[in-house]
Amino acid sequence: MTYSFWRVAREALRGNTGWKPAWRDPVPKEHYDVIVVGGGGHGLATAYYLAKLHGITNVAVLEKGWIGSGNAGRNTTIIRSNYLLPGNEVFYEHSMKLWEGLEQDLNFNTMVSQRGVLNIFHSDGERDAAARRGNSMRLHGADGELLDAAQVRAMVPLFDFDNARFPIKGGLLQRRGGTARHDAVVWGYARGADRRGVDIIQNCEVTGIRVEAGRVRGVETTRGYIAAGKVGLACAGNTSRVAALAGLRLPIESHVLQAFVSEAIKPLVHTVVTFGAGHFYISQSDKGGLVFGGDIDGYNSYAQRGSLPIVEDVAEACMALLPCTGRLRVLRSWGGIMDMSMDGSPIIDRTPVDGLYLNAGWCYGGFKATPASGWCFAHTIAHNEAHAIIAAMRLDRFATGAIIDEKGAGAQPNLH
Amino acid sequence: MTSRLSQGGLIDRTVTIPFRFDGRTFSGHPGDTLASALLANDVRLFGRSFKYHRPRGVLSAGSEEPNALVELREGARREPNTPATVVELYPGLVAASQNRYPSLRFDLLAANNILAPLFGAGFYYKTFMWPASFWEKLYEPLIRRAAGLGRPATGPDPDNYERATVFCDVLVIGGGAAGLTAAREAGRAGARVVLCDEGPRIGGWLLSEPGPVDDRPAPEWAEEAVAEIQTMDEVRVMPRTTVLATFDHGSYVAVERVADHKPVPDSGEPRQRLWHIVARRSVLATGATERPLVFGGNDRPGVMLSSAVRTYLNRYAVAPGRRAVIVTAGEDGWDLLGDCLRLGVEVAAIVERRAALAQDRLDLARRAGALVFAGGHVGGTAGAMQLRAVDIVDVGGKRHRLAADLLAMAGGWTPAIGLACHLGARAEWSEDASAFLAGDAPPGMSVAGGAAGSTGLAHALQSGARRGAEAASACGFAATAHPVTAATQPAAPLWLMPANRRKAFVDFQNDVAASDVALAHREGYRSVEHLKRYTTLGMATDQGRTANINGLALMASLTGRDIAATGTTRLRPPHTPVAIGALAGMHRGRDYRPTRLPPAHGWAREQGAVFVEAGPWLRAQYFPRPGETDWLQSVTREVNGVRNGVGVCDVSTLGKIELVGSDAVTFLDRIYANTIATLPIGRARYALMLREDGFVLDDGTVARLAADRFVITTTTGEAHAVLSHLEYCHQVLWPELDIHFVSVTDRWAQFAVAGPRSRAVLRAVLDPGIDLADAAFSFMAAAECRAFGGVRARLFRISFSGELAYELAVPAADGDRAVRALVQAGMGEGITPYGTEAMSVMRVEKGYTAGGEINGQTTARDLGLEKMLAKHKDYIGRVLQRRPALREASRPILVGLRPTDRSARLHGGAHFLPLNAPATRAYDEGWVSSVAYSPTLGRWIGLGFLANGAERHGTRVRAYDPLRGGDTEVEITPPCQFDPEGVRLRG
Repeated sequence: MTYSFWRVAREALRGNTGWKPAWRDPVPKEHYDVIVVGGGGHGLATAYYLAKLHGITNVAVLEKGWIGSGNAGRNTTIIRSNYLLPGNEVFYEHSMKLWEGLEQDLNFNTMVSQRGVLNIFHSDGERDAAARRGNSMRLHGADGELLDAAQVRAMVPLFDFDNARFPIKGGLLQRRGGTARHDAVVWGYARGADRRGVDIIQNCEVTGIRVEAGRVRGVETTRGYIAAGKVGLACAGNTSRVAALAGLRLPIESHVLQAFVSEAIKPLVHTVVTFGAGHFYISQSDKGGLVFGGDIDGYNSYAQRGSLPIVEDVAEACMALLPCTGRLRVLRSWGGIMDMSMDGSPIIDRTPVDGLYLNAGWCYGGFKATPASGWCFAHTIAHNEAHAIIAAMRLDRFATGAIIDEKGAGAQPNLH
Repeated sequence: MTSRLSQGGLIDRTVTIPFRFDGRTFSGHPGDTLASALLANDVRLFGRSFKYHRPRGVLSAGSEEPNALVELREGARREPNTPATVVELYPGLVAASQNRYPSLRFDLLAANNILAPLFGAGFYYKTFMWPASFWEKLYEPLIRRAAGLGRPATGPDPDNYERATVFCDVLVIGGGAAGLTAAREAGRAGARVVLCDEGPRIGGWLLSEPGPVDDRPAPEWAEEAVAEIQTMDEVRVMPRTTVLATFDHGSYVAVERVADHKPVPDSGEPRQRLWHIVARRSVLATGATERPLVFGGNDRPGVMLSSAVRTYLNRYAVAPGRRAVIVTAGEDGWDLLGDCLRLGVEVAAIVERRAALAQDRLDLARRAGALVFAGGHVGGTAGAMQLRAVDIVDVGGKRHRLAADLLAMAGGWTPAIGLACHLGARAEWSEDASAFLAGDAPPGMSVAGGAAGSTGLAHALQSGARRGAEAASACGFAATAHPVTAATQPAAPLWLMPANRRKAFVDFQNDVAASDVALAHREGYRSVEHLKRYTTLGMATDQGRTANINGLALMASLTGRDIAATGTTRLRPPHTPVAIGALAGMHRGRDYRPTRLPPAHGWAREQGAVFVEAGPWLRAQYFPRPGETDWLQSVTREVNGVRNGVGVCDVSTLGKIELVGSDAVTFLDRIYANTIATLPIGRARYALMLREDGFVLDDGTVARLAADRFVITTTTGEAHAVLSHLEYCHQVLWPELDIHFVSVTDRWAQFAVAGPRSRAVLRAVLDPGIDLADAAFSFMAAAECRAFGGVRARLFRISFSGELAYELAVPAADGDRAVRALVQAGMGEGITPYGTEAMSVMRVEKGYTAGGEINGQTTARDLGLEKMLAKHKDYIGRVLQRRPALREASRPILVGLRPTDRSARLHGGAHFLPLNAPATRAYDEGWVSSVAYSPTLGRWIGLGFLANGAERHGTRVRAYDPLRGGDTEVEITPPCQFDPEGVRLRG
């Protein structure tokens, strides 16, 4: 069923009784050519592109809960391609281009909104670092602008320019950055994959990975054994647990990251803004809620909840940046589990097990990567070889030293 | 005041409080909420709904209110989305309705209501896609403007917030029937008790209940109980305090609304206070929220929860209608009927879920003059801005239209278990209670009263007493639960009425109707989380406290699964929305983070210094002199002053760590990449510290003061990271080493005295006993000595400027005096105070690295310092720096650079491209890390990292800076562009 304004209008007249399920609820088959473990944005996008671009349609996406129940459904919905390092920027710019055509591609309004992403800086040194990054973006064909304090003020007049502990000196702006509706991305990819024959199987947890003679044969699940030609892992915060089922120990730690949404208010913040003097970012949803977050909690955890010190730290940064938010109320907070890698950058690669592929290490930046992650992972699975776009995102880079450490924080996952 | 009853209620009729709503002046009494006072003034229309802008009145009498949201206060104190049901009336209160244009009665966006069939759940996912560019340009701006609720304040919040911490044995959350008995029993046993209640007056439902407790009216009983516990020394009663969240290990966070019931806080008083509560045990006594019923037109102003009607009648002495219809799934509606009869409020009819009723019920209805529709249901309502009539379908299916302006819904209760679920426990469906209850409450928490599924006061009072006594016992106190007597009441079952054609709302604020739940089901969004996200059920400011259960029940009936299998969405903090300002406390504005000032800050300020933030510090950036109009002029003068004479600079912010112990050498040799063991006593050495992954962590100096005593310095920015690293290495990696160390950054003031005439200045301030002749105190010498007439001092001959230079450290308390004495002593030499900018210029001239170069992404090899690395010892980072990719020739290496056009300016952050190559990433060869205008060389110069840089000195590349329109041809040089032989610093 194709969505269109006319369909909406016609259904309105018929009492909205003619709509069909956005995706089927199939019984698992005995064998699939490819099984993708993890029904988040990345897993569903992988299945979609496998079917659409590589003609592989005998595919199942296995999800232990409901699709989008992991980080795809609990993030701050920011999209951007404002990275410094070549290994990252080429990938995220590819993702941005996919975002720009996603609604038309999926026939689902994912509400990609390019209202801009503005990184504020507070010192000359930070300005130089921002300039280096912005110039890198431009060399990669992405957009980027360096704003001075007056230009930042014109964009975000309610920020604290007059009484700030760390004065705002300027900002790096990517106008093509912005937000997308996170759940819609999950549902849009699910519907698109389903329409191309992919089976989306919810409430189906993988409990084992069968490996024979160094080659993957299938997966044990809470709904029985399912054989597979190839298996791709896209399980974000649970990557280390699932990979361990195949005997893999990965350079990944799981950490909790919190995010917050305020009550809905009339427009206050137009663009996405990050605050350089504290780890803080904020945007406002179309519904009116301020969506914001900060640092990871800093300790390893698989629990989807956070602790108080970070709540306070984030609120402090919010008040430092936007002193008019004092009387606005936090409506809800949540915690997601981040698959923090040793250099802060992702891994999309084959594994030492034949037919087993890995998509992980997204740290707290996985949402924006969703389209390109699925696109590149599908290519990797289909061709058993990484695409040039992800040439740097190898699993062995920690051994070779070809790491992609955007922040220079080193092999300390809690600092990325 | 026509709706105010002539007597009763917990209001003070002797005092009249004037207030304004939507520009009209009204009055109320102490004890009123804004909602009760407006209802007393016959106001029924309070707001508009989020999507369809339907007129809405008051649904509840508490914090679960979805409809009656207002903008409270004005200007920078404006608080949008504030439920009128929780606002205590204060003199001069100003409130306005929100999300309507141009007025509450006439709202143009109510046109959405007519288009409602188009705007079903998720409609926006299926449209607004054509043409692609119209989303940002047209559709989204329209949606953003229409969405949102109230208007935020735009000025900085003028009020203050603070944080406090309290420890206790037993935390009792909620001061209703269960909470009061719990706190009383725990308190009687001697436990340290904290009792929090969100209301201004402790008592909860007891304040709305006329029925007897221990043979006294419930409010009177509550007053006595509160009076008793307030006499207990170990009990702290905290009204106006909402517990927001549960964290691990018995910690909780609560917000106390200290001054929200006043026009403005008193002088020095915070508006709100955030409490960190640490409790050994807790009793969750948060009560329950009444469930609305889902039927067509259930959102009209005048349709209210029956518990709310009872509260307005009994507590606030307000009749929220003249002629009522009651619809009830259980006993609650009959209690209301009793109240109405007693208070003289006309009841047209009572609609009962049950077809068979006991005779005493029928008698009560007859006495009240109310028709009884047993086994009937509500078929719809009529009215525009206010309820006018109710359509009742009787048990035989016949419709009856009754005029009424009040419809009270009693749909049973939803226990408020959020705080029991914050640590991840799932809510479990209980058939007995007809409600979701807390399954595994967090360790140490027990649940009592309505929150535990109790209905009726007796059970709540008794379970509270029991849980309170148990909690105190668990803390080691001898406690017993004393009996309390009151009425009992069975739980009402969940009641889904037959569907009808009108919009029947499930989530009032977000306009989610039963038809939307059905649509979500039809389209496959059947998991409760998909239902919530697709329809926005439960995502409004009331957090779905009245909506979720009906939504789940509807979905369960559509899927044919039972409600237990359907489950709930996860309950997350905060339990009630909380002001961002309260969470931030005092950390805002200039106090966002502490400001550290070096000991000579006052001197620098007197000198007219311009300051710059350097991490937590404020440092003097440069010292403008009269007549200088721009920073470059001042900095150039300062550099020339140092290079041609002598200058003084405060370097106290550099991290200083003192280490002592028999294993100090061993420790430092493992920490640093170059050799420390060979460092003689009385000497200092430049040293490099790597991370485990082989990248440079920091650089600084190591000075040996004695065989087993060292002082090391770090950069200002990395002082904390280096100390953490050392602590980790000692405590985790090598606890066996005999070493102690401590940060002494704050203990010592340190000044660089640099320039060819620095020796003369030092001679003038040092006490006799130290020979500064080059032969006696050569480059990199270190010594403990005395200066300024007996002041303990440390002297290092180290240089970051490339000149003959010293750093003199004195105890921090002597820092101000020392810098003044140095300047005094240097008057004859023309001493120049210089700041961080001049320091930076000189270090770029010399090719010394700083934060732009040691940025966590560079190795010793990248920095051209590979020769420093020790070959015959192990140290942190040694192995991983040898990884092949880090040794590739093409890796950018530190170089110096200068524009081939002497007058051209440079910018940090430019990228290197080969001459005549296209500006694409394929040709990106590195970047410019630091730049400076060098007065010494008379041109802009810089440092950068260039692929194969070590072999490209003398070649030319482009410094490409499209962000600022820069594209400058530069010549690559060695990093050091001034006095490469180091003649001056050894001078």
